[in-house]
Amino acid sequence: MDLALIPNGVQRCSLKAFVPWLLLWLLIVAWGLLSAFLVLFKGLNQTNMNHYFAFGLWIVFDLSVIALGAGAFFTGFLTYIIGKEELTAIINAAVVIGFICYSAAIAMLGIDIGQPLRGWFIFWHANVHSMLTEVSFCITVYLGVLTIEYLPLILSNRKLNEVREFNIFGSNLHHAVALFAAAGTFLSFFHQGSLGGMFGVLFARPFAFREGFSIWPWTFFLFILSSIAAGPSFTLLCVWIVQKVTGKELVKRSVFTMLAKISGWLLATYVILKIVDTISWVYGVVPRAGLSFMDFYEGTYGVWLIIAEIGIFGIIPAIILITPRLRERNGLLITGALMNITGIVLNRFVFTIQTLAVPVMPFDKFMSYFPTWQEWGIAIGSIGYGILVFSLSYRYLPLFPQEAELNPVTVLGKAVTDSGVVKRG
Amino acid sequence: MKKEDSTQGTRYGMVIDLDTCTGCGVCSVACASENNVSVLYDESDKTRNITWMQIYMVTNGKGFPKTEVGYIPRPCMQCDNPPCVPVCPPTATRRDPNTGIVSQIYTRCIGCRYCMAACPYHARSFNWFDPSFPEGMDRYLSPEVSPRMRGVVEKCSFCHHRLMRAKAKAYADGRRDLKEDEYIPACVEACPTKAITFGDLNNPKHTVYALIKSPDAFRLLERLDTEPKVYYRSTKDWVRRMADNYLAGEFKGRG
Repeated sequence: MDLALIPNGVQRCSLKAFVPWLLLWLLIVAWGLLSAFLVLFKGLNQTNMNHYFAFGLWIVFDLSVIALGAGAFFTGFLTYIIGKEELTAIINAAVVIGFICYSAAIAMLGIDIGQPLRGWFIFWHANVHSMLTEVSFCITVYLGVLTIEYLPLILSNRKLNEVREFNIFGSNLHHAVALFAAAGTFLSFFHQGSLGGMFGVLFARPFAFREGFSIWPWTFFLFILSSIAAGPSFTLLCVWIVQKVTGKELVKRSVFTMLAKISGWLLATYVILKIVDTISWVYGVVPRAGLSFMDFYEGTYGVWLIIAEIGIFGIIPAIILITPRLRERNGLLITGALMNITGIVLNRFVFTIQTLAVPVMPFDKFMSYFPTWQEWGIAIGSIGYGILVFSLSYRYLPLFPQEAELNPVTVLGKAVTDSGVVKRG
Repeated sequence: MKKEDSTQGTRYGMVIDLDTCTGCGVCSVACASENNVSVLYDESDKTRNITWMQIYMVTNGKGFPKTEVGYIPRPCMQCDNPPCVPVCPPTATRRDPNTGIVSQIYTRCIGCRYCMAACPYHARSFNWFDPSFPEGMDRYLSPEVSPRMRGVVEKCSFCHHRLMRAKAKAYADGRRDLKEDEYIPACVEACPTKAITFGDLNNPKHTVYALIKSPDAFRLLERLDTEPKVYYRSTKDWVRRMADNYLAGEFKGRG
């Protein structure tokens, strides 16, 4: 039924199989929409956040998806600025993943603020000293950049491309892609950093506070580094999952190897710097505040968190991904990427939740927090939204340039040679 | 962000005598009623109810009969180096250089709660619910203070409207300066044991000027460099020890 929309030279499952798949994720999205409606209509009392936990699951989720979405700008940077030609095989997928991550993050932030209708005040009454102002500006503009990068891909859909105006518009946008990749890189470096800076500047919260260089606390640089370490791993993992779900090879193994290698070396650098940062924090910020290391860890938020974050999900995936012998094995490659992502998500969790759980006044107490179903609904609903957008993009857009070559389609015994990629003039 | 010069101009602050405070809670009630603080359906939820003047009970940790109890009333510390101000994205909070008071513009606050994450004193409260007042209480709302809507952050303002009222009166009388007792917040006025003294910390004629120089005076979490303008006073070392974090052997007491 939708054959006319499917790219040339590639095969897709039947609509009968695709619709139930969509329905499943639509159901999850509906959970998210119901939760969003309740929160917007009744207020943030629908969550388990409180005066102690001013930030909750959504901020953890925002920081995480923005870090993981870094695969988009970083792959663009490597492809168009550094000139890693092999990565063109994955750049489209990276852009779609980035778009999903950033759009979900912005939507979630809109729900997370107590007065969503005043969201524009950040731009109108901007406080240039606030890291959150910088984050808001950059992620909004960068979502625009991602949309511009996504648009030529949408317009290259077989049917849309038949419209002459779309073809010309898409083609022109496509020519400017390097410019947008550069803009995306610039914006991303700053907002990834500012997300880290958001916590590093909290000088009255010794758990999060870090010294740094000029106006930027060390967390600024660590967040940039960790996002570009996790981003390629996340892109790799997503594409690997798509391969498993579709049962097709979509990208050559060498592309995975390259992403894993880049991710691994960046992660290794990050882990070393994170260890240095942690040691300097333990011997600097902590005693200056009159506290000792173990004052920050109690109950649920025990010392296991730092062991898990840096040791298990930092050092181990770094070793796996930088060792050629290990990353050549598919199982280990995926484990390494998954562990890398887990470590970075854990880092975002720790900075958001543990910062707020740790009491600063000596007569205050350690708090703990668990989200409500509405909070989970919005977080998991955004995953559903992501899978929906990616599924539709995969089905109707030429997402993987190597797909046709790796999966030759035969019609009545004859190979269809069209690569499926719409050629632009 | 550049630190404000705290030696110049008027800097309103208070000194709370913890040896005199009985923990009766009148300051807290007076504050809530003066400032139209809304009442939750379930006020027992202390992580979400709104109290500008929170009273913490502390003990010396010793068993009977050596147990001692103290109370630490905690308004907004009105820090000279406020951690909440530079982080606010829409500039909804600001330290007034003319008074030292940290203001909150409710109609500009977007409710991102970043300021709450920044404040180590938990002096800021978020309106998780629509404001509500029990039957009858709505008739006692003050016309001088705007009630806050759902989804914004609020906090102690040192009863800023009282400052405005006092200033208006002084101008009408042809004066530019306020007398010491002309402007005091509701909590100070209500305290039955006169445990709270209020005034200009920079003015040698004001009582607080001398009080903060006493060896018995201290502030909450001084080590964090927030420069609070709320001082406490106690002669008891175990109470003073409660005001900040110390590594083993660091706390010297009044010595």
